[in-house]
Amino acid sequence: MSFTDTERRRAEELIARYPHGKSALLPLLHMAQDRDGYVTQDAMQDIAALLGLTPALVLGACSFYTMFKREPIGRLVVSVCTNVSCLVNGGPALVDSLRARYADDLDVHVEEVECIAACDLAPVMQVNYEFHGPVTSGAAVEVIEQYKSGALTARTISGSPAAASVSGAGTTVRRELAKGG
Amino acid sequence: MAAQETRVITKFLRDRTDDSWEFAVAREHNQAYSALEKALGMEPAQLVEEVTKSGLRGRGGAGFGTGQKWSFLPKDVFPRYLAVNADEGEPATFKDHMLIERDPHQIVEGSIITAYAIEAHHAFIYLRGEFALGAERLQAAVDDAYANGFLGKNILGSGFDLELIVHRGAGCYIAGDETGLLSSLEGERAMPRIKPPFPAVQGLYAAPTIVNNVETMSAVPHIVDRGGEWYAGTGVNKSLGTRIFSVSGNVEKPGNYEVELGMTFRDLIEGLAGGVAGGKQMKFFIPGGASSPWLLPEHLDEPLDMDRATELGTMLGSGAIMVFDETVDPVLVAWRIAKFFAHESCGKCTPCREGSWWLEKVLYRMANGLGRADDLDLLLSFGNNISPGVTWPPGQTTICQLGPSTMSPTLSLHKHWGDEIRARLAQDAERRTTLEVAAG
Ligand code: SF4
Ligand code: FES
Repeated sequence: MSFTDTERRRAEELIARYPHGKSALLPLLHMAQDRDGYVTQDAMQDIAALLGLTPALVLGACSFYTMFKREPIGRLVVSVCTNVSCLVNGGPALVDSLRARYADDLDVHVEEVECIAACDLAPVMQVNYEFHGPVTSGAAVEVIEQYKSGALTARTISGSPAAASVSGAGTTVRRELAKGG
Repeated sequence: MAAQETRVITKFLRDRTDDSWEFAVAREHNQAYSALEKALGMEPAQLVEEVTKSGLRGRGGAGFGTGQKWSFLPKDVFPRYLAVNADEGEPATFKDHMLIERDPHQIVEGSIITAYAIEAHHAFIYLRGEFALGAERLQAAVDDAYANGFLGKNILGSGFDLELIVHRGAGCYIAGDETGLLSSLEGERAMPRIKPPFPAVQGLYAAPTIVNNVETMSAVPHIVDRGGEWYAGTGVNKSLGTRIFSVSGNVEKPGNYEVELGMTFRDLIEGLAGGVAGGKQMKFFIPGGASSPWLLPEHLDEPLDMDRATELGTMLGSGAIMVFDETVDPVLVAWRIAKFFAHESCGKCTPCREGSWWLEKVLYRMANGLGRADDLDLLLSFGNNISPGVTWPPGQTTICQLGPSTMSPTLSLHKHWGDEIRARLAQDAERRTTLEVAAG
C-alpha cells in the first residue's frame, strides 16, 4: 500500500523534526509497519522517495533491525527471552511450548529474543512489546488468548498504542497467502 | 548492620506506593525541574566543572568521567548535539528500563541541564525499540516539559533554546554502542564507527556530540541540586556516588538496588537480593553484564569499585549482576552468551563477524556432550585473533568492544575451571569413540 495524503503529511512532519531528514528513517518504518502489519515493498519505496534515498538503502537499514518484519507475521508478536537470566529460569521451555502451541495459528508469531531488560521478571515475554512475567507456559497462553479475544487490548505490531493500529492487517495478508499456497 | 540501599535517583520512584510518575506528581513530590531552574542561573562552564568535581562516571558501561567527557568538546564548534543512550540491551541489565517507565521526568530534566552545559540546542533520547510503554511515558514527559516552558524556545526566560526528540530504535543491541547509536540515529544500519575521531569531536552529523546513559542523566539533577562535592563525598576511591545494580539469575529477590559504591558484592547479593534462590550454593556470578568476565564465590567480599574490578580482570560494566547456583553448567551459560554475540555482531569486522559464529558452534557442542578433547584450546587459539592475548582488559582487533567481549565467557571457563573442563571434554571424546567402536 502506498502512503495516502494524510499519511504523507504525517511523514513530512516526522522528517521536519530532525536537523537531517534521513534520521526519520526508523520512525517512518515503524509508521509503515503499524499500518500494514509489516514493512511492505511499496512502503519502502515511498519512504525512499520521501527521504531522497534509493529503495535499496531503505531495505538495507530495515533488514538490520529485528523489530521490522518484511513479511506478514500475524496480529500478535510474542517475544520470549532465553538469554541467561531467563535461561536459568525456564525461558527455553517456555519458548518451545509456545512455539508448539501456536505453530499453526496465523494470528500469532512466536519468536525467541535476546534479553529484553526485564530479567527480574524471568522468564519473561512480550506480546506486541507489552511485558508479561514471570510466566509459566499455561499463564502465557492465557495472556495470549486474552489478547486474541480482545479481553486485553494489544499494541500494534510495532508496539505503538492500540489506537494507532489498523489491527489485524498482517493476519489478513497472511491468510490470503496461506490460501494461495 | 544489615546491608542497605542508598536511594538518590531511585528515591522518588521507590518511595511511592502507586505508579504515578506524571508531571504534577513529580514536580510536587520530587521537585522535578528545580535543579534545572538552578542550572539556568549558572554558566555552562560552571556546570561542567561541578559535574567534573562530583566524580560521576558514565553508568552505561565504559565508566568514563562524565564531566571530563563534556570538556572534550572542541571550543567554539557549533552546532553540538546531545544523544541520551536509552538503548539498554546488555543482557541482565534492567535499570534504565525502570528509570524510563517510573521516573521519565528525571531523565528529561537531566538531559536539559546537560544540553545547556554543553551548549547544544538539539537533544535526542535514543530509546530501545522494545520499550513500548517507556516510549509513551517518555514522550508524555517531554510533551509536559514543553507545555510548561522547560523545553522549546527561551526556556524559563533564560534565552536558552532546546528541542528534545524521543527517538525509538527497532531492535538492535549494537545501537547501544555510542557510535552505533549515532549511525542508527542518522538513519543507517547501527554500525559502530572507528575511533578516533571520538563523538565529542565528530559525532552526530559529523558535529561534536556527547553521548550519555540514562542513569548518568538521572544523576545530574541531584549533583546540580546538592553540589559536586556532596556527590564526591559518597562512594569509594574513584568510584563515587551511588549506582543502580540489576541483580538477577538464581537469586531470591531479583531486582534493582541503588547502593553506595564500595559496598561488597556479598552485601548486595546476599544482604539485599536475598542470596541464592532455594538455599542452594553459588557456583559463580557475572559482575557487569554479559560482556564482563566472571567471578567466583571467593570474590564476594570484594567491593563494588570500578577500578578494583579491573584489577580482578573484569568490569562492573552496566551494573548487571547475574547469579548462578551450583546446578548450572557454566559451559551452557558460555554458549548462550556466545549465541547472543553471534546474533548481535554487526558484521563490520571480520574477527568479530566470523569469530562470534565459531565460538557459538564450538561452545554448543561442548555444552551438549559432543566436545572434542582440545576444544577449549581451540577456542582460545582463535580467540587470540579476536582479542590478542585473551585477557581483560582486552586487546582489540575490532572497531568496537563487542568483538573482545565475545571472549569473556571462554576466558572465564579457562581461568576458573580449565582443568575440569579439559577432563570433561576428554571423557566426552572418549565416550564417543567407544560408542563408535561398539557400533562397528
Ligand atoms: S566488533 Fe563486531 S559489533 Fe563491533 S563493529 Fe566490529 S563487527 Fe560490528
Ligand atoms: S535475560 Fe531474559 S529479560 Fe534479561
